[in-house]
Amino acid sequence: MGRGNSIALVLLVLAVAGLPFVTTGSYTLTVGIFSGINALVAIGLCVLMGSAGQVSLGQAGFYGIGAYVSSVLSIKFGLPVALSMIAAMAVASAAAALLAVPALRLKGHYLAVATLGFGEIINVILNEWGPGGPSGFGDIPHLSLFGYTLSSTTSNFYFIWLCVAAGLVFSLNILNSMTGRSLRAIHGSETASIAMGLDIVALKIKVFVLSAIYASLAGALYAHYVTFISPSSFNLFYSVLALMMVVLGGITNVWGGVVGAVIITILPELLRKFEEFDVLVYGLILTLSLLFLRKGLVPLLIEKAARLKGGTDARA
Amino acid sequence: MFTVFLQFLFSGLTVGAVYALVGMGFNIIYNSTSIINMAQGEFVVIGGLFMWFFSETVKLPFFLSAILTVLAAGFVGLLMERFTIKPLKSNDLLLMIMVTIAVSILMRGLLMFKFGKDPYSYAPFTEGEPLNIAGAVIQQQTLWVIGITACCIVLLFLFFNRTMMGKAMRACAVDTTAAKLVGINVSRVVMISFILSAMVGAIGGIAITPISLMEYDKGPMLAVKGFCAAIMGGLGRGRGAVIGGFAIGILESMTAGYIHSGMKDAVALVIMLAILFFRPAGLFGSVAMSKLRKF
Amino acid sequence: MLELKGISKGFGGVKALSLVSLSVEAGSVSALIGPNGAGKSTLLNAISGIDPPDEGEVIFSGERVNRLSPMAIARRGLSRTFQHLELFGEMTVLENIMVGRNARTKAGFLAAGLRLPSGLREERESLSSSEEILDYIKLGHHRDDLASNLPIGEQRVLEIGRALATGPKLLLLDEPAAGLNMRETRDLGELIKRIRTEKGITILLVEHDMDLVMRISDAITVLNFGEVIARGTPLEIQKDPLVIAAYLGDEAA
Repeated sequence: MGRGNSIALVLLVLAVAGLPFVTTGSYTLTVGIFSGINALVAIGLCVLMGSAGQVSLGQAGFYGIGAYVSSVLSIKFGLPVALSMIAAMAVASAAAALLAVPALRLKGHYLAVATLGFGEIINVILNEWGPGGPSGFGDIPHLSLFGYTLSSTTSNFYFIWLCVAAGLVFSLNILNSMTGRSLRAIHGSETASIAMGLDIVALKIKVFVLSAIYASLAGALYAHYVTFISPSSFNLFYSVLALMMVVLGGITNVWGGVVGAVIITILPELLRKFEEFDVLVYGLILTLSLLFLRKGLVPLLIEKAARLKGGTDARA
Repeated sequence: MFTVFLQFLFSGLTVGAVYALVGMGFNIIYNSTSIINMAQGEFVVIGGLFMWFFSETVKLPFFLSAILTVLAAGFVGLLMERFTIKPLKSNDLLLMIMVTIAVSILMRGLLMFKFGKDPYSYAPFTEGEPLNIAGAVIQQQTLWVIGITACCIVLLFLFFNRTMMGKAMRACAVDTTAAKLVGINVSRVVMISFILSAMVGAIGGIAITPISLMEYDKGPMLAVKGFCAAIMGGLGRGRGAVIGGFAIGILESMTAGYIHSGMKDAVALVIMLAILFFRPAGLFGSVAMSKLRKF
Repeated sequence: MLELKGISKGFGGVKALSLVSLSVEAGSVSALIGPNGAGKSTLLNAISGIDPPDEGEVIFSGERVNRLSPMAIARRGLSRTFQHLELFGEMTVLENIMVGRNARTKAGFLAAGLRLPSGLREERESLSSSEEILDYIKLGHHRDDLASNLPIGEQRVLEIGRALATGPKLLLLDEPAAGLNMRETRDLGELIKRIRTEKGITILLVEHDMDLVMRISDAITVLNFGEVIARGTPLEIQKDPLVIAAYLGDEAA
């Protein structure tokens, strides 16, 4: 996994473990929880974009599937929450595979277009057929594990960031494996990858499904933490937000997804005073970061650090 | 029965006209750059809101307001190209498309800052009794929307076929490198394509606002629908986008009328997915052409 | 090893290849030469499945492959390099070679993500065999450099190494000496000969450098305007009047 990643992971664990002790009240932790949920979506998208070079404009669709399927299964069918979360991820993966198989057969960025359509269709479906329609529904049970129910903010904070850490390690492992190298190879040259005998369509489908699993897990965690959901949390704007996190943090490094998610989640809290400005500031940040830090924050910082060290190890 | 059908048909044609204009806007930029400009819908919003500003707040006469609005939209297109597209100058289409998304959010932010979240409207172009066709009531503005769209289509057609600039733009669409070699100023073509498609979008916005109102965040939905229209007709095909736009508009209003209004927004998207999966070159595009494209 | 029967390929109205037949003996170094635009690269693309032929058959190790995808053909033991280098520029030299081995590994996302023993074992095997290849092509000192930072000569060698990593029976080299200086070309010739004799891999190359072609090839096929105009040993080709007229004469004039 590399020394850089291990150190970063230790720092992350320390920061997460320590945060509840240095803050008073639940506000900071709540923001922390939403950062974690968004980070999961962003990590999945990062793997998809950074390694396979595909873009999804429909992560909100999988995020929504995760939230709705898991909530409905646990309320209407009385399934244990942990089980309904797993079922939700399975549904999201199936949807992703169904979408990706035809879309990825085609050359170019058709996946981007197809996912945009998919995400919006899911939103229409949730509005029309979701329980409660546009106004959503509540009374979603908290997650219980081994007889312990995650109802407090602190317990949710720890569990969600545990999921983030696990998700990070999982995707870092993939990226540093043969599979990850194949994905990066596809990004580098599709022609050569095919000539090496790589099944690039299968790989792209798998990595897209992986990103859907991350997003649906995040959606399920969101639903069982907030206990109330409505379709407006799962619209095109969220898909774009997810994209923004990844672009800001840097698509070539999964840490970028985490950093971007934390920034994008905290930002509106800081901007709360200027309510009229929030869209404007979002737009400005995204535009400027695309124009001036194309690679994203994390890869840029790593490069800077490497240069300070004398350019010994530019890669994480 | 027939009256109701006719009523739906006309309301479909009205929204379809705007989708067609947005779709053509996509094509103009796509042809010269291969970029999908996700800010296309914002140009329509700019059309409606600026027109309101010039005619209702500044109280300028109708024609002057319309001209100023179109020019202003063109200027916004110019700014967008000069400050984001040109400096980036990247071969990474993904990056370029994301920049257009970023700019669209920025524009939305600016529009909200200036106009707030309320919907705006102004008087129809002509006062007078609605027309009655076989029992269906047709607002005069509906005819204006359709008529103006038709004029735009004809003018664009003449521009691309009869003027040097238009021909240069078509040359870029076929092969940018070759166009450069024969001395076409590609950078200017790209700039003009942004100005032109901004203007086309704004015209749509000016015409539709008296009927459907306009607010700062209508852009994304319009962009999605217009994009579906462009995909349906085959990306890059001017005529395809027009037919696609009207087809989507009509199907939408029929769905809303006969099935369920909530399903309306899904129609265009379902059509788009079906086209992508079964006929990726679009209904009117050629497969051989689409293979040459990067997107 | 490789048998082409009546390959034809047109682009629009232009016939790039017409009824090309060719056979490559197992264990030989064969060369495909001809003036620019003769259809050499088109033929390589037809063989490797990147741009399948309109007519004719490609038979590789006794199996008809011209309907198969390039991936499937590659997996049957046919590997190639590219005239315009197609390295994975943002990856290190070692990683480039490791990708060559990837198609032969089985571990998937789950094994990789959870670091299951099966995946780790394959990982170790892949690493050691890739390092072996790196030493074989003498690029060990560039192990952790980015591929795009290598000089062009070493990039060409790296592409050959990456192709070797797939464990091919037949290696297609598309102008491996393009852009190389004299010394690099000589080393390349040695490498090709070593691959043939030490690894027993059959080689088919397209090349413009006549010195190299004459020095290392067992059999040469000459292509002009999409048709085979001569075939034989280097000596026979050098003496063939048709070839001199169509090709070498070109250069003399």
